[in-house]
Amino acid sequence: MSRSNLPAHGEPWPKNDLTRVPYSVYLDEEIFAAENDLIFRGPTWNYLGLECEVRDPGDFVTTFVGTIPVVLNRASDGSLHAFVNRCAHRGAMVVRESRGHCDSHTCIYHQWTYDHEGRLIGAPYRKGIKGNGGFPGDFRLADHALEKLRVESYAGVVFGTFHEEMEPLVDYMEKPVRDRFDALCGRPYRVTGYQRQIVEGNWKLYFENVKDCYHGSLLHMFNSNFGFFRSTQRGTSAMTKGGLHSILTTYGKTDEELGDTFKDIATHKPKFTLEETGVIDVVREHSDGMVTTILTLFPTFVLAQIGNHLGFRHVRPKGRDRFELVWINFEYEDDDEFHREVRRKQGNLLGPSGYLSMEDAEALEIANKAVTGDFGNGYAFIEMGGRGSDDQDHLVTEAPIRGFWRGYCDMMGIPFDD
Amino acid sequence: MSESVRPGPQEPSDTAGDGAVERKIERMFYLYGKCLDDDRLEDWPSFFIESGRYVIHPRDNLEAGLEGYWIYCDHRRMIRDRVLSLREANIYNIHYARHLISNVLVIGRDGDVHDVRANYVVLQTDNEGVTHNFSAGEYRAKVVFEDGEPKFAENIVVPDTYLVKALIAIPL
Ligand SMILES: [Fe+2]
Repeated sequence: MSRSNLPAHGEPWPKNDLTRVPYSVYLDEEIFAAENDLIFRGPTWNYLGLECEVRDPGDFVTTFVGTIPVVLNRASDGSLHAFVNRCAHRGAMVVRESRGHCDSHTCIYHQWTYDHEGRLIGAPYRKGIKGNGGFPGDFRLADHALEKLRVESYAGVVFGTFHEEMEPLVDYMEKPVRDRFDALCGRPYRVTGYQRQIVEGNWKLYFENVKDCYHGSLLHMFNSNFGFFRSTQRGTSAMTKGGLHSILTTYGKTDEELGDTFKDIATHKPKFTLEETGVIDVVREHSDGMVTTILTLFPTFVLAQIGNHLGFRHVRPKGRDRFELVWINFEYEDDDEFHREVRRKQGNLLGPSGYLSMEDAEALEIANKAVTGDFGNGYAFIEMGGRGSDDQDHLVTEAPIRGFWRGYCDMMGIPFDD
Repeated sequence: MSESVRPGPQEPSDTAGDGAVERKIERMFYLYGKCLDDDRLEDWPSFFIESGRYVIHPRDNLEAGLEGYWIYCDHRRMIRDRVLSLREANIYNIHYARHLISNVLVIGRDGDVHDVRANYVVLQTDNEGVTHNFSAGEYRAKVVFEDGEPKFAENIVVPDTYLVKALIAIPL
């Protein structure tokens, strides 16, 4: 397989720039397999979990890096470790629970036992029984550890990488991303719940979706019909790492300074009002008037503040044509009951039944359906806001999507022109 | 939601209610399911009293001691808001919903409040005619009588199916 021929079965990337996305990039089995090697095992930091989920020595959570099952574990000395959840003996999943606490991990199949760092500490009958059996004399426990990932965390969010020469996490993020982490995760926080949905479609469709400023007030009509967000509000889109990561931000509802630039979008007065306005009344928590932030960290992590709702999202590919989306909602440990109730009510906005989010699964599923039928012929057209992928001080743009494809093509070895 | 986490073997108590009351409550559950299946969302709030709560609390979160609600309506106004948004703003998969409700049990009574459990399965049939198991779980309800009619003071839906197939629009 020639890496430069990845999209479209040997055809070059359409127009050789970032304004067209060949549908085959969502469908091709070879591309999906190459993503495992070049992205998920490549030069990326992948979300593993939260420090507060593994607070005590022996606590663990299981997750996936791409489609690779991984365990995040806190060891007796408090350090964090991650390893592939696949027994070194016969490949069975060692840890079956989604989270828990234990002294060691024993694979149920032949009781091979691993410590918190994934080192093999026991394998039954290795010296045989009464002279029978046993492993050959050169068998060493140390030769059969579980494959380790390098682990680093920032603001309590834990990431792992398979890539040996990977740059430090703080450099991978760059400052604007770190600033958002500091603003939202700089106080002790705890998980309030998990929400999970399975969507028929390629994982990249979701990652584009959370970078897509264009659709926010069009697909999600709750925004305009109930007055939560209008396209005329001030917003910005910024990217780091040459487009790999993005930060979309909107600010308070005060300004109409943008004049009639967007007068074709009829969103001035909300058509309807909620009886319980606590669902959309944002309690000001940030001095800069920021109302929403959606931050994506390549390849599969989202940090989002929508009003007073706080959450992480993790995209887990389940094959080339399905992905699981896990929402990990949080609150601050020192939240009073007032703020907890505000976040609880605004929880109605997000998740698989969220007023602002339920449409995304439907939009991605119908995209998947339509492009699958034609075996990847054709391409998407993304020229809103121009053709480049520069930062912009408004949200009427698809620049962050073009930035995503720039970073993606770089990593996959696909040639393109800016 | 001060409920024991695991749905243990709770026998209906002798004092739970007389047969006529239980039959009325059971019938309300069937009407509730039919209302949703018939897409009469506007009637759905009327199954609740004005202070009635409707919460979807998936079982994985419940058992982990976490809230993680999919839907949180603290009173009937929020239940009406949900209907208004579904009608006037939200876009979702084209489908039929079918509620199968069974095992309706009054397991206790505290004054006028009946503690009720029921199982449900919701099937969805998509716009190509294919039927999917969408959700299986339990209703954990507090039912009171208002003008002789049973109504929810609280209906906590606890889906076993904590992985949502695409999205949830029509209430469970
Ligand atoms: Fe969206």
